[in-house]
Amino acid sequence: MIPLETKRLTLFAGHYGSGKTNIAVNYALMLREQKLPVTVADLDIVNPYFRTLDSEAVFREHGIKLICSQFANSNVDAPAMPKEVYKIIDSRTEYGVLDIGGDDRGALALGRYVPSIIEENDYEMLLVINKARPLTRTVPDTLDVAQEIFNACRLPFTGIVNNTNLGPETTSDDVLSSIAYADEVSKALGIPVKMTCCDEKLYEKLKDRVENLFPLSLQKLYYHLNS
Amino acid sequence: MQEKVLMKGNEALAEAAILAGCRHYFGYPITPQTEVAAYMSKKMPKIGGVFLQAESEIAAINMVYGVAATGKRAMTSSSSPGIALKCEGISYLAGSDLPALIVNVQRGGPGLGGIQPSQSDYFLATRGPGHGDFHVLVLAPASVQEMADMTLKGFELAEKYRMPCMLLADGTMGQMMEPVVLPDPVELDKTPKDWAVTGTECKREHHIVNSLYLSPAELEKLNLERFERYKKIEEEECMWEEYMMEDADICIVSCGITARVSRNAILEARKQGIKVGMIRPITLWPFPKKPLLAAADKVKSFVSVELNMGQMKEDIELAIRCKKPVYGCTRVGGMITTVDDILAAIKSAAEKGEE
Repeated sequence: MIPLETKRLTLFAGHYGSGKTNIAVNYALMLREQKLPVTVADLDIVNPYFRTLDSEAVFREHGIKLICSQFANSNVDAPAMPKEVYKIIDSRTEYGVLDIGGDDRGALALGRYVPSIIEENDYEMLLVINKARPLTRTVPDTLDVAQEIFNACRLPFTGIVNNTNLGPETTSDDVLSSIAYADEVSKALGIPVKMTCCDEKLYEKLKDRVENLFPLSLQKLYYHLNS
Repeated sequence: MQEKVLMKGNEALAEAAILAGCRHYFGYPITPQTEVAAYMSKKMPKIGGVFLQAESEIAAINMVYGVAATGKRAMTSSSSPGIALKCEGISYLAGSDLPALIVNVQRGGPGLGGIQPSQSDYFLATRGPGHGDFHVLVLAPASVQEMADMTLKGFELAEKYRMPCMLLADGTMGQMMEPVVLPDPVELDKTPKDWAVTGTECKREHHIVNSLYLSPAELEKLNLERFERYKKIEEEECMWEEYMMEDADICIVSCGITARVSRNAILEARKQGIKVGMIRPITLWPFPKKPLLAAADKVKSFVSVELNMGQMKEDIELAIRCKKPVYGCTRVGGMITTVDDILAAIKSAAEKGEE
């Protein structure tokens, strides 16, 4: 299942906690299933708690390359961008999945790569939205966040990823009731909803009712919190 | 009742503070609580509130003192090293009998330590964080929902007893995301408090908010009065939760994230035939001594599960008057006890019995 035309670079940006890292990891796996050469770049230098690096073992197993700060999960608190990011930006053959830090603050770090990305013009800049997040519950609030991110990085969004969820408590109704919201954001920004994400457990229930449904199989672990 | 939303603990407490009528936030960024400040900086200007990033933690707590003296709800938040800096100001708040909410999203220490979760400020919080004889109310949430609920409760208790309240969360509580139903907005009583410094308009005597008493007799009297109040709080405000204690042979005592992990360990232990329960203190000061002392007559031993070197263990031993052994199950430095860690401690306690 390919929910969108594969561009060489796919960037996931949005409000923090919207689910960017989780989607980026799952998206990279999907590209890899098509035997494409895939590199994931973690450009989040804001929040050191949740990182693409946490999925390193899965990446290694599937032959996905990972670029992230050499200081991630180490004793050095240096919010520095690794030089290897240029390798994926400047490549013309490698498929890159870029996980952008949350909000405008996180997207600021993307700015230095934007001229090259626009020049090559083979990218999807995706706005990840979650209606169940308190600061993006309404269309105007979501548009504010989108504008702030654009102001910070100057890369225009080309599509929307609707990732409305309440964590492990998400029901198919939560997803269905977010469709109208995502459509409104889409209309206001003049860009399409490229995909709607759901936990793979909800996929069968939703696949005939939601267009471009993208099941997330690899979820962050809630093992110690399920009671 | 509000709709369910997906929030980080830090955001939930920030929003709950706003719903509790707090319009004055003073802070300084530090991981893992920075989202509180980030949320306040976005939200407060939109609702006519004050978000101020102070030049230091010390400045922030003294700004809280200033607002608290006017009887308005004020708060600050930080993480362990930053809370250490605030201790002087907390003592001044206590010495001036001022209510305020101080949020501590703990990280590993001592010193700069790390940025991963910890519960190692247990002593700091429960023994009176600062110089002099005093206590602050200490609340320990164990879910994102409780991060919101305890924030509301914290403001209420602080005002009721005119003393600072510390919301003592571990880094996990601040960072993890869970569905939460936010509380309804609180309608605050607008009448000025009969102690608050709000301007006399030349119509009444000055109210004086102060912690300096050069007369030893007067200062002693104040200290004694304060401790009478503390006694009442210990009698009336203890909060705890019991889990599977009815038939338990072993009682786990744990708060925050380790209480969440302990629940799973308890279920696993029961599958293996060991009867374990848990008493989860929700207020750490006042410490729920009564249910623990009552449990001491029923169980064979206690296991204190905590992210420090065994600080709460001492309070458990005091509460149960050393009637039964209290074993420890601890991880530090930002590591979190796993179900296996706790299960091993349970099995070891089961073997040792009452020895």
